[in-house]
Parts: sequence; C-alpha cells; structure tokens
Amino acid sequence: MTPLLQVKGIEKHYGARIGCADVNFDLFPGEVMGIVGESGSGKSTLLNCLAGHLTPDAGQVIFDTRAEGPVDTVTMSEPARRMLGRTDWAFVHQHARDGLRMNVSAGGNIGERLMAVGARHYGDIRARAVDWLDRVEIAENRVDDRPSAFSGGMQQRLQIARNLVTEPRLVFMDEPTGGLDVSVQARLLDLLRGLVRQMGLSALIVTHDLAVVRLLADRLMVMKDGHVVESGLTDQVLDDPQHAYTQLLVSSVLQV
Amino acid sequence: MSDYNFAYLDEQTKRMIRRAILKGLAVPGYQVPFASREMPMPYGWGTGGVQVSAATLTPEDTFKVIDQGSDDTTNAVSIRKFFEKTAGVAVTEETEKASVIQTRHRIPEAPLREDQILVYQVPIPEPLRFLEPRETETRKMHSLEEYGLMHVKLYEDISQHGAIATAYAYPVKVADRYVMDPSPIPKFDNPKLEMAAIQLFGAGREQRIYAVPPYTKVVSLDFEDYPFEATKADHACDLCAAEDSYLDEVILDDAGNRMFVCSDTDYCRTRREAGHVGRLGEEVAA
Repeated sequence: MTPLLQVKGIEKHYGARIGCADVNFDLFPGEVMGIVGESGSGKSTLLNCLAGHLTPDAGQVIFDTRAEGPVDTVTMSEPARRMLGRTDWAFVHQHARDGLRMNVSAGGNIGERLMAVGARHYGDIRARAVDWLDRVEIAENRVDDRPSAFSGGMQQRLQIARNLVTEPRLVFMDEPTGGLDVSVQARLLDLLRGLVRQMGLSALIVTHDLAVVRLLADRLMVMKDGHVVESGLTDQVLDDPQHAYTQLLVSSVLQV
Repeated sequence: MSDYNFAYLDEQTKRMIRRAILKGLAVPGYQVPFASREMPMPYGWGTGGVQVSAATLTPEDTFKVIDQGSDDTTNAVSIRKFFEKTAGVAVTEETEKASVIQTRHRIPEAPLREDQILVYQVPIPEPLRFLEPRETETRKMHSLEEYGLMHVKLYEDISQHGAIATAYAYPVKVADRYVMDPSPIPKFDNPKLEMAAIQLFGAGREQRIYAVPPYTKVVSLDFEDYPFEATKADHACDLCAAEDSYLDEVILDDAGNRMFVCSDTDYCRTRREAGHVGRLGEEVAA
C-alpha cells in the first residue's frame, strides 16, 4: 500500500533557532495522526511546512496525488501546490477567523472552494453549501448569515464544512478545538470523528490536548524542542509512555 | 502657445507612461505599475486618465472628454480646458470627430473606430481589492489565474438580492486570461468593451495602467443559471426617444415627476438634430 503522505527529514530553522528537525513518518490513507507537544515544540511549524505554508529548509513531503502518483510537494510548482491546497488538501485553523472570510455569508464561504475549482452553477453551489451546513449541524436558514453572527463553535464547524466540501483526502488541523468550551469541544470532536470515518479521510492533528488525540488519532507523535521524541499507536504511547517528556505530559493531565 | 511642455508632462515622463501603455497592450488586462506623477488636480479627478491622455496626445489629435457620458460637467470641462491650454490640441464634443476620448464612467453610445483611442479614468484598478485586501496576494492570484473569489462576490449578490446586483464596475475576463475591473462603467456598457478602438485605463493614485487592444475578447463573469445581463432603465429617452441608450433619471419637481435622458449628451444631441423627439422634447432646428 502506498502511503498517502511520506515525510522525509523535514527541517526548518528560524535563524539559529530550530523550528523542527529530522521529522520522518508515513501517513496511510484513512489514518489519523496526532502531533502533541508543549507550546513552542515545533508542532505548528511542522504542520505549516507539510501544508506548504512554510518552505522547509531540508527534506521531502511526498504526497500521493490522484493524477501523477507520489510527488514531492516541496519542489513542485507553486500553482500545482496551491491547486492541491484547494482540492485534495484542507487546512483547519485554530482560530476560525483565520480560515473563514468574515464578510462573506456562510454559503459563500463554503462555495468558495467549489468556485475556485470551476463550479459556475449557482443552484448547484448553493445546494452543496446547504448540504454541508446540515452535515456540520448548522441550521439551513443560517446559510445567508455572515460568520460574524455565529458562535465560536459554529464558526469552527463552518470552517470544517468549508474545507471538506471539495472532498479532500488529507486534512491538516491546527488545534481545531482550541478556545472552545468543553461541551462545544465534545460536540466538535464527535462531529470530526464521524466525518473522518465516513469520508475515509487522512488527517494530521496538531494539539496540546491529549483528550483530542485519544479520541481521534490512530497514531501519535510527541514533539519536544523541534524533535520527535516518541511515536507509536495512540493508546500505546498514552498508556505506556517511554520518554521522560511523554511521561510528564501524560501525568500533567488533570483527572476529574 | 503656452509655456508648458506639450501636454503638461515632460518628455521623459511621457516616455515612461508610453512604455507602460505598450506593455499593457501586449498583455491585455494586466495591471502595469507606473510612476504616477502629481498632477495639478486632486486624486479622484482623473489623474490617471489625464496622464495617459498626455502621453497619448499628438498635436494633430482632436480631444474629447466625457464625465458620466456628459461633455459639460465640471470634471469634463476642466480636463478639456487643461489640454487646450497645455497642449493646444483641437477639442470637440462630437464623438465622431474625436481621435482621443477621455472618459469617466461611460463608453460613448456611438460605435468607436480603429483610429480612435478611449482613455478611462480608474479609481481602483484591482477587481479583487474588496475581497482580498493584500496586494501581494491579489498579484499572486492574478499570476496564477485563481479567480474563484470573484465568483464569491457574485454568489453573495445572488444570495442577498436574488440576482447579480453589481450594476457598475462589473468584472470581466480579458482574452481568456486576466480578470479586469472595467472602471465604474455601468454594466450596460460591458458588451461594448469588445470594440475597434484602443482602450487604455489609467489609475493615478493606485499607479496602474492597463489596456484592452482592439477586437479583444472581453467576457463578463456570471453563473450558468444567472447569466450576465446588460441592464438599463426600462424607458425611452424623454428628449430624443432613443430606446437603446443608457439613461439618467432626473427628478423634475416634488410631485413625483421625473424624466429619463440619455447619459451620453452628444448622442442625444445628434439624435435630436436628426429630428427625433421624445416625450418632453421640442423640435430642434438642425
């Protein structure tokens, strides 16, 4: 089986400081990988390098494209990479405001990716927008409201709908539940889990919340100071942490 | 003859602007940056159009200026006088006789010929500006031909108003490549953008020049189920009875009376002289 994404020796420096270094892993179709670590451990840098928002200083990010098979996205042409970003990839930002157009209606937000890949039939675009609002549990009559009139949780769900409407195969998520209260988090996680399983998505989830990876991720990578210190199956890493930092991380979670 | 260099600008500046114009013509719809000069009039009065006109005019040219179709508004009169004084060129109000026409917000009704140049004044040359505020990003979107966002604007129109409500500055795609803001002309004029004359667009404050060469394909963006429509007020001109021209609505009194007149004053006058009389018009001695 060809991995959907092969990451080989990714490195990113900010001057003399290390963003992330020597990261290697494979992600298979339908697999969800969690990346955990404390603030400043290089999680977001890594995610941005993989998603093409940052150019890594070294390494390869090989994505199994539909048309041409495995291609290194770091060296591929910018138009092709941006095309991937609108079609087979999706990026869910921590703050919904970064991923949404706040002055465009919910329907327009969802429709943007469709129109970007050439949809030119208003009725079809709108029907798919309404369908996706329903799938992320937002009432159909909010389709013409702007995201600024939505609650934080709804904005985050709208962002997810906007990203998944083109049926991507790989979703990058940067702290998708950050800043939401726990009951809203729970609903969002439930929704995400359903969508990921239903659509057979592969996902990379960056978070510092161990509960999120426990629920969503098949495999787990623990990062510290830009390096991967431990990786393995989620339950294995969380229940039997080997590295000192992972042990600290696991024991830091409050048991209510 | 005045003490000004011909057409106000110095020769080096005109040369720089001509280079930008030629580049614009070579890449239809592409916004060419140029070093816009201070002109003796405020931004928003057509400083871009004036600079393009200055670089285009020759002593043999006949110059015409229209503002919203009209030859006799402050803006049009001032700019016409400006070039009368600084270039000493002949001026006219007749579209037929002009070789260079500077326009604000309209395309003349009479079809233009191959030996004519139409110069537009452009306030905001970037069609994506209000959707994407970053200039670096809009330039990238142009270079990579990522124009999905333009349709988001039209989508928003339909979802809010039930139809594409954008009535002016209606975005067009030029020569199957660049999406262009045709300056704030009414969308009624959009079909006329495919014409025999050279069309030059100058934005002074934003320092951009772009162009549409003669007979270039210009397509107004739309949706399959909401096609583009060139709309106008559903009346005939009250002075010249024209049914095919773009109309201005004029309030006559506070009793609800109003009239519709051609916004192109030269077109209206020509028709009246030819004997056409509208609802409120009088016979004109030709």
